[in-house]
Order: sequence, then structure tokens, then C-alpha cells
Amino acid sequence: MRSALVIAAKDLRQRARDRSVYVFAIVAPLGLAAIFGFVFNPISDADFTATFAVANVDRGPLAAPLVDGVLGGLAEDGNVRLVEATSAEEATRLVEGDGERADQDVDAAIIIPAEFSARVQTGRPAELRVVQNVNSTLASTLALAIVQEYARQLDYVQGAVTTLGSLDPTRLADAAAIAQRAGATPSPVSVRDVSATVKQLDNTTFYTAGLASFFLFFTVTFGVNSLLEERHAGTLSRLLAAPLPKWSIVLGKAITSFGLGLVSMLILIVATSFILGADWGNPVGVALLVVAATASAIGVMAMVSALARTSEQGAVFTSIAAVVLGILGGTFFPISQAGGVLASLRFVAPHAWFLQGLGDLAGGSIGDTVPAIAALLGFAAVTSGIAVPLLQRRLNP
Amino acid sequence: MKFRINRFDRRRIVWRSPFHVAGYHGAASRSGNSDTDQDQPVLECRDLRKSFGELTAVDGVSFRIAAGETYGLLGPNGAGKTTSISMAVGLMQRDGGQVLVDGEPLDPGTTGLKAKIGLVPQDIAIYPDLTARENLRFFGRLYDMPRAKLRGRADEVLEIIGLGDRADDRADTFSGGMKRRLNIGIGLLHAPRLLVLDEPTVGVDPQSRNAILESIEQLGSEGLAVLYTTHYMEEAERLCDRIGIIDRGQIKAEGTRRELAQIVRENDRVRLSATGSLHAGAEAIGRIDGVQQVDVVDGGIDVLVEQAGKSLMALLSALDEASVSITGVEIDEPNLEAVFLHLTGRSLRD
Repeated sequence: MRSALVIAAKDLRQRARDRSVYVFAIVAPLGLAAIFGFVFNPISDADFTATFAVANVDRGPLAAPLVDGVLGGLAEDGNVRLVEATSAEEATRLVEGDGERADQDVDAAIIIPAEFSARVQTGRPAELRVVQNVNSTLASTLALAIVQEYARQLDYVQGAVTTLGSLDPTRLADAAAIAQRAGATPSPVSVRDVSATVKQLDNTTFYTAGLASFFLFFTVTFGVNSLLEERHAGTLSRLLAAPLPKWSIVLGKAITSFGLGLVSMLILIVATSFILGADWGNPVGVALLVVAATASAIGVMAMVSALARTSEQGAVFTSIAAVVLGILGGTFFPISQAGGVLASLRFVAPHAWFLQGLGDLAGGSIGDTVPAIAALLGFAAVTSGIAVPLLQRRLNP
Repeated sequence: MKFRINRFDRRRIVWRSPFHVAGYHGAASRSGNSDTDQDQPVLECRDLRKSFGELTAVDGVSFRIAAGETYGLLGPNGAGKTTSISMAVGLMQRDGGQVLVDGEPLDPGTTGLKAKIGLVPQDIAIYPDLTARENLRFFGRLYDMPRAKLRGRADEVLEIIGLGDRADDRADTFSGGMKRRLNIGIGLLHAPRLLVLDEPTVGVDPQSRNAILESIEQLGSEGLAVLYTTHYMEEAERLCDRIGIIDRGQIKAEGTRRELAQIVRENDRVRLSATGSLHAGAEAIGRIDGVQQVDVVDGGIDVLVEQAGKSLMALLSALDEASVSITGVEIDEPNLEAVFLHLTGRSLRD
């Protein structure tokens, strides 16, 4: 073990003097992550805030849930800014930018006309009005969607009231109270959008993590391929002539790869968190995933390198493997959304499991990463099991 | 008077080395156990065999080297020298035969015994992006040398190989000769019992080559067993106490240079430049034991003699008595090239 550490220390010293390591391990993934993050980041990470003018002329019991509940909740989350208007006309002027408060830059106006609540409660036709700003397509569409959803909920209430009246006319007097209670009763069924909003990494984090794992496979080859380089340089004969077991040479190279991989990932995680605002998730979970991913990268690359006879072959073989597996594993685009065979095929690449684990971590707890970590360690075990005997057999001067 | 011997002969010519081999003490002198047994060879190879597919690279090579002895494997490229020493130092699995280091069997899987061997590979085996000192310290740690001792020993070796003033420069800034010297220094660092040098002067400029040979001569004289492979006849003649002539994977002949020369039954040729009564001088010389032939030539006398070293004084005395003035002496001894040609039917350079 001591010999392996001596070899690893020497290798790391050499690598520290090799500029190409810095390029592959830090500069390239960081730079590309920044570019990808900016290019493919249209809305999710931008400072999106819609400004709605709200004219609650009704001020009735069914207006309050919309204004205070739905819109108020969005305002509290910081997604919507509300501007109060005293009348429908004022709200419209605010959207058109044609009034004394045009500086508010309003995306849409939501108008609740007088007697809105009373009309709904008595089963008469009622309307909610949305005035959209033609220059704010997205925000005004959002306003329309909110109001339409609220109207649909009210349809159920109105239907219930109407049905109740038709069955028992003597209880029609209680209709207003029933409708109010029905409107305030929370839905017994709630739908949680897990796939889109919770278990998916934001764009910056996705591309950062993808590129980090992509280049991780290149970074570890600096250690893995150095065995072939030692033979090419003639220094392998000195190592073999020294009083140390062959396995300690292979272990030394693995330690070198592990050190390079971990250090590069650590630097990337810290740098992208501060510079690009990437949200990697729970540090302990991320650390476990990074360790497992690095182990799998070493195993896979060592197996590929063991098939090579020369250092040139080793560099070519490992580069091809890193690129193919990286693309297949969805490091450049979310291949999971492609569907079909391609989406399933991605799991032959450790990269996919790493990204899957980060996604699971983002939407859950460390425990949710267990399948991904197990898969990555499985990759490491199987590929190392193939690589080590091959490499030891190749250990000749 | 000119005095020239046309072949290097380390027994008569003193070469002054610029390197001071500062108190080299190999493992033999440190251990104090059976390692110091004078009768037991440091390295003994018995019937080594190795084939690569249909090609038989080494076919029954045997030799032994005692402490303080420099043994040369002389043969052309492809003769089996490197394969033989690769098996001798445990780098390569052999098909047959046995290797004993200080009487203990050495196999590729053996680890501890390898510490007694210092290897200087044919190719320069150093890390160019490390300094000379870093290179030495790395290999020293692999040989489990204690840090404090390693620091001192590295400095000592740097002085021996003449790189003391470049110790902290990266090896990729060195000339070819300096890299070769560092290559040798790494083999010496852990003070081995046996130093194995595989053609260490290939591609080296004459000045560096001479410096390398001088330092190896010093090491041999200080008790280190040296196994030296070369295809340069001059190096084998200069450095080696005994020489094994190897060709096509077999040792064709083995012995001292003199013993090998006997194989071709060639005599030494002594050319005496002289003035005076040359015919009288030739007649006097002809009566000396060991003289095979005497010819008077333009400006001197040519003598064929069994051993020039033994007969030279008698030759000079006989000429002096015959009133011949000697202005120069030239000795041509039979060389290993001739021996190799005789044994294999081809030249060392083939």
C-alpha cells in the first residue's frame, strides 16, 4: 500500500505540472457549463416576475379566494407582483400604459366585476375579465391560465348549488352559504407535478453536472493511461524491477485517478455554485454520488485502457469511450426526454446514473440516491474486475 | 619515445575519473551476513531460456558474477542480451532456467530480493517533468529507503554522476549525456549488490560516454558486482573482467579477454620503431621465448609474439644490447571483434 501511495504522489506531482489536466478537469467543463447554461436557459433560471393589475370591484366572498388566495400566494412566492386598481378602467389603462401609473409596467389586468359573487351564488351568468398586454405574451398567458382555472373551480360550485336548488327548493335560501363553504373547501385530491418541477435539475445545474461528469471521464484517464505512458517511457521496467508487488503499481494509478477526479469535481462544484449559481443539492448526497461516479469512471476507463497496447492507442480508445458514453448518458442534452429506446439506453452509461442521482437528490433525500449510487458502484466493480487482471497481465517492460 | 597500445587495457593504463566515487559501500559490506561470502556469486544464471512464439530469443544462457567483478555480455543487436538480463533481474518470466541472487532464487514475483539489484535500462528511464533530485527520491522511496538517509544518499549520488549543480532542474532540460548519467544514478541510489547496465552508452556523445565508463570502472573496483551488456567491443575490453560472447541467444564463449583471444590463436603484434643495426636487433629478438616471427621493415622491426606484455621488456633489452635505438613501440593485441568473427562467422556490427 505504501508503494502505491508513493507512486500516486509522484503521478499527482507530475499531473500538477501538466497544463492539459487543468484544461480537461476544470477550464473546459466550467467554460462549457457557463455557455450551455446561458444558451439553454430561457426562463427557468431567469428572474421571472409577472405584474398583474387587479381590479376587485366585486369585493364579494368568491372574489377573495382568487385575489387573496391564488394571486396573493403567487405574490408571496415572488413570482407575481400585484398592483391594485380601483376600477376596471384603471386596470385596463395600466395594461395599455396609458394612465398616470404607466410606470408600473403591467403585464395583464384581472378584473372582477361588481356582483360577481352574487351572480355565481345565485346561478346567474358571471364573468371574470383578463386584459392582456400584447408585449408580455408569457406573463399575460399566465394570468389567463390562472383565471380560467379559478373559473373552472367556480363552475363546480355553481353546478352544485343549482343541483341543490332543483332537488329541494325550500333550501334555496341556504344556497349562498353552501356555495361559500364549497368554494372555501380545499380539493380532496391534489396533484403534485413531480416530473417537471421537482425531480428535474434546473438548466444550469443540469449542464454543469453533465459536463462535469463528461470531463470526469477524461480526467481520470490521466491516471489510468499513465501505465501505458510508463511503459512507453521505459520507466515501467524500473517500477517492475523495484521490490514491490505488481498490484501496487495498478493501485497507485487508481489512486492517482481517484485523486484527480475528486479534486476536479470538488473545484467544479464549488466554482459553479458560486459563479453560475448551480444548485447541486445536499452536500453529503452530492459527495456520495461524486465518489461513486469517480469510481465508475476509473473502472470503465481502466477497462478500455487495458485493451490498448500503446499509449497512443490508450489515448484514442479512452477518448472515444468518454465521448460516446457521455453523449449516450445525456450529458449534453436531457436524453431522458427523447423517449423510446434512447431514453432507456442511456443507463448503459454511468453519466446517466449520476445525473439521475442528482435529480433524485434535488427532489428528495439522500436515501433517494441509493439506486443511482448502487448502479455507479456496480459499474465500478464490474469494469474494475475486468480491468485489473488485464492490466496486471500487461505489466511487462 | 612513443608508447601506444592499440587496445584498451585497464591493467596497464590508469584512467583518471572526474567523478569521485565517494565511499561507495554496497549491500554486501553493510549486511555482514552470508552476502559477504566470497565463494558465492552475487548473481548466477543457469540455463536461461525464453521464446517469443517461434523465435527462440535465449537458448540456455548461463553465467555467474562474483562481488567486485564486472561481467560483460557482448553481442550484436538482437543477440539476446536484453532478454537475458530481463530474466536475470526478474523483469521477465522465463521459459526455463534459474536465477540466483546471493544464492536465493529470484522470480518475477519475488519482491524483497530485488532490492539487491540496481537496474539501468537501455532506454533512458527517468521522468522528464521531475527534477533530478525528485527522480532519485521517488525511486529511493520505492526501495523503502528512510527519508533522512535518502536525502543524504541522493545528494551523494548526484555528486557521483556529476549533476550536483543541476539537482533541482527538471530532467527535460538536460542533455542526452546528463540524462544517461541520471539513468545510471537511479540504479545506484539504493546501493545495490549487483548493478545491471543494459547498453548504457547507446547514443551518447564521446565525452559523456567516457565519463560514464570511468564511473563504472570505479564502481567495479569498489566491490560492486556489475553485469554490463554492450555491442561495443571497446567497452567490453575496457570494463569487463570476464566477457560472455552471446549470439542468437547462446553464449558462444566466455572468459577473460586474453582467454578469448586464445580461441583464435592470434599473437600480439609489436611494432618497434628504431634506428641502427636493425637486422642484428631482429636476430637477437628471434632468440627470445614466445617470439613467433620477426620482420625488419622500413624504419623498424615487426614482431609477432604470444603475449606482448610478458615479452616486451626482453624485446627492449635485446635491442639495447644490439645497439638499436628505439623511438617508439606499438602493440596490436588480438581483439574481440576477431574472436566474435571466428565464433559466429559475422561481425559485431552486423
